[in-house]
Amino acid sequence: MEITTTRAMANITYREALNQALAEEMDRDETVFLMGEEVAEYDGAYKVSKGLLDRFGDRRVVDTPISELGFAGLGVGAAMVGLRPVIEFMTFNFSLLALDQVINSAAKMYYMSGGQISVPIVFRGPTGAALQLSAQHSQACASWYVHAPGVKVVTPATPADAKGLLKAAIRDKDPVAVMEGELLYNVKGEVPDPEDGDFVIPLGLADLKREGEDVSIITHGPTVHIALMAAQKLEKEGIEAEVVDLRSIRPLDVDTILASVRKTNRAVMLEEGWPFAGVGSQVVSIIQDEAFDDLDAPVVRVTQADVPMPYAKNLEQLAKPSADRVVDACNRVLYRS
Amino acid sequence: MHSFLRDMLLYRRFEEAAEEAYAIGKIGGFCHLHIGQEAVALGMIGPLRQEDYVLTAYRDHTQALAKGVEAGPVMAELFGRAGGSALGKGGSMHIFGADVGFMGGHGIVGSQIPLATGIGWAIRYRGGDEVCVCFLGDAAVNQGAFWESLNMAAVWKLPVIYVVENNEYGMGTAFRRVSALPVVERAGGTGVPAHAVDGQDVLASWRLMERLVADVRSGAGPQYVDARTYRFKGHSMSDPVSGTYRSKEEVEGRKREDDPITRLRDRLLDAELLTKKELEAMDGEAREVVNEAVRFAGESPPPSPEELYSHAYAEINEHGRLFLDGRDR
Repeated sequence: MEITTTRAMANITYREALNQALAEEMDRDETVFLMGEEVAEYDGAYKVSKGLLDRFGDRRVVDTPISELGFAGLGVGAAMVGLRPVIEFMTFNFSLLALDQVINSAAKMYYMSGGQISVPIVFRGPTGAALQLSAQHSQACASWYVHAPGVKVVTPATPADAKGLLKAAIRDKDPVAVMEGELLYNVKGEVPDPEDGDFVIPLGLADLKREGEDVSIITHGPTVHIALMAAQKLEKEGIEAEVVDLRSIRPLDVDTILASVRKTNRAVMLEEGWPFAGVGSQVVSIIQDEAFDDLDAPVVRVTQADVPMPYAKNLEQLAKPSADRVVDACNRVLYRS
Repeated sequence: MHSFLRDMLLYRRFEEAAEEAYAIGKIGGFCHLHIGQEAVALGMIGPLRQEDYVLTAYRDHTQALAKGVEAGPVMAELFGRAGGSALGKGGSMHIFGADVGFMGGHGIVGSQIPLATGIGWAIRYRGGDEVCVCFLGDAAVNQGAFWESLNMAAVWKLPVIYVVENNEYGMGTAFRRVSALPVVERAGGTGVPAHAVDGQDVLASWRLMERLVADVRSGAGPQYVDARTYRFKGHSMSDPVSGTYRSKEEVEGRKREDDPITRLRDRLLDAELLTKKELEAMDGEAREVVNEAVRFAGESPPPSPEELYSHAYAEINEHGRLFLDGRDR
C-alpha cells in the first residue's frame, strides 16, 4: 500500500469506503456528480450513496428512470463537455443494456475524434455473484469491459483498495469501470483516516496480498479472499502461496505478475468470471509469452464453471471458484497430486 | 438569403467532390452523402451560436460544414490524412470539430441521442444558456435510446432540440413499412413538443429553428422536429440512387420538384433578388472552396505509424500496461 503514515487507520466496511471516496471527490471537484437508479432518495440499492443526497443535493445526486443505455449515454455526453459523471449501475449485469454507450461511445470517442474529446467518466456498481441470484444477476463483467481499448477497469477487493481506486478513477481522464464485489460491501478493513490526507491508489498497480515462495495465485476482485483462504490451507501443508491481487485489469501490472512468477516458478490464475476469453486467459498468455522459461509447470486456471449461474444452492457452489479448487490447482502445479 | 444559397451550394459541391473522390478510390469505407438534404443542415444549424452544440449520425459532412468545421480538414478526414478533422482516425462517419461545437458524427443508429441529452444535462448543470441540437435519421426513432433520451430530457427540461432528418428511408427500408406512426407523432408520450417543417424549404426551417432556439435558451425544455426531406443519392456509396426499394421515377420526381437549392434559387430569380450572373459567381466560389479542400486533402500526408496508438487514452497511467501488444508504445 502506498501509504507511509503510521497514524491510526479506521476499520470500516467496503461500502463505507466507497461512500467516503464519493463524498471526498464530490467535495473536492464541483464537476463530479453521481447518477443512477435509486442512488438518491433510496440511498443506493446497496447503500453506497447513503447520505450523499442530503449532503450534495439533487443537482449532484440524481435518481434516474430504469433506462441504463439512456443514462449511461447521458453521462458520456456530459463527460464530453467536461463534467465528471459517476454512473452507478445497480449491478453491472444491467450494464449490458448500456454496453453500446460504454464501448461504442465512451471507449472510442477520444480516438475517433483524433484526441479532441476525452470522456472522463466512471461506471461503477457491483459485479459477480452473490447468493442464489441465478443466471441474470450473477456474472462477473470485467471481460466485457476490458476487451475494448479506451476503457480502464479496476476490481477492488478490500475497503482500502475500493476507496483509493475509486478516487483515482474519478480523477482519471478516461472512462473507468469500477467493479465492486457484490459480496464485499460488508467486508471490513483498515482504511487511512481522511484526516491523514488524500488517499489515492494509482491505477495499474497490483498488490501482493500475501507473500510466498512456492506458488503464485494471481487473482482480482472478490476471489482475492478465496485465494487468501486457500493460502491458509496450503500453509498448513507447508506450502507458501503468494497472492497477487491485480486490482487493476487495464492498465495491467504485468511487471508484478512476472516478478511473482519468476520467484515461485508456478502460477494459478483465479477469477470469478467465465474461462472463455476471460481475464485469466490474457494473463496466462502474457506469462507464457514473457516468462515461459521461468515456469516449472503449466499455469492452471480456476474460474466460474463455463455455464450460466444455476440457482440451486449445491449447483451454485459447484459453479463458483472455491478455496478447495484453488488448493487443488496449486497442488497440480506443484505436482503434488 | 444570398448567403443561404451560397452555403447550400458549397455543401452540394462538397458532396459531389466526395462522390468523385470515392469513385477513384481516394475515399474508402462507408461514405453517406447528404445531397438533397442541405436545407435541413443549414436551416437547423444556421440560427445557432458557435458555443452551441451539434451532434449527428454518420451522414455528417454537411452538418460539420454548417457548424463551422473547415472544408479542408473535413475532406482530408474523408481521405484518411493527417490533416483531417480527426487526424484521419475517424473517417466519413466521425467528423469532429469540438472547437466550434461540432461534437461528432456517430456511427451507431441512435447512439448520439443519449450523448446529446448528456450535453444538455451538462449545460443545465453549469447554468449556461447554450443549446444542443441532435440530428437523427427517421430510423433512429425506433431505437430505445430515442425513447429513453426524450423521457429524461423532458423530466429534467434539458436544452436539447432533437431534429429528425426524415428522408423516408432507413437504408433501404421505407419508414412507413416499419413504424406504427408517422415521425412527427413518435415523440408522443414523452411530453416533448413536436413540430413538423418542410425541410426542403430553408427559410421555413431557419424560421422554426430561430424560434425554438430562443425558447429553449430561455428554459422551455426539449423540442422535437420532424424535418421532412429526401436524399437524392443512395444510402451510401455502395447503394445505387434508386434500386430495389424506391423507383427511378420517385427519385427523379423528387429531384425535380423538391430540390432545396433549386427551390431557393428560383425564388430569388423570380423575385429578381438574384441575377444569373451572381448565381454563377456564387457557384464558382463554392467550387473554388471545394477544389481547395480537395487540394489540401490530397497534399496532406497519411498519419504517421506512431499515430496508431496515440489518442486511445487521454491519460497514460504511470503504472501498468494499457495496450497488451504495445510494449514499446
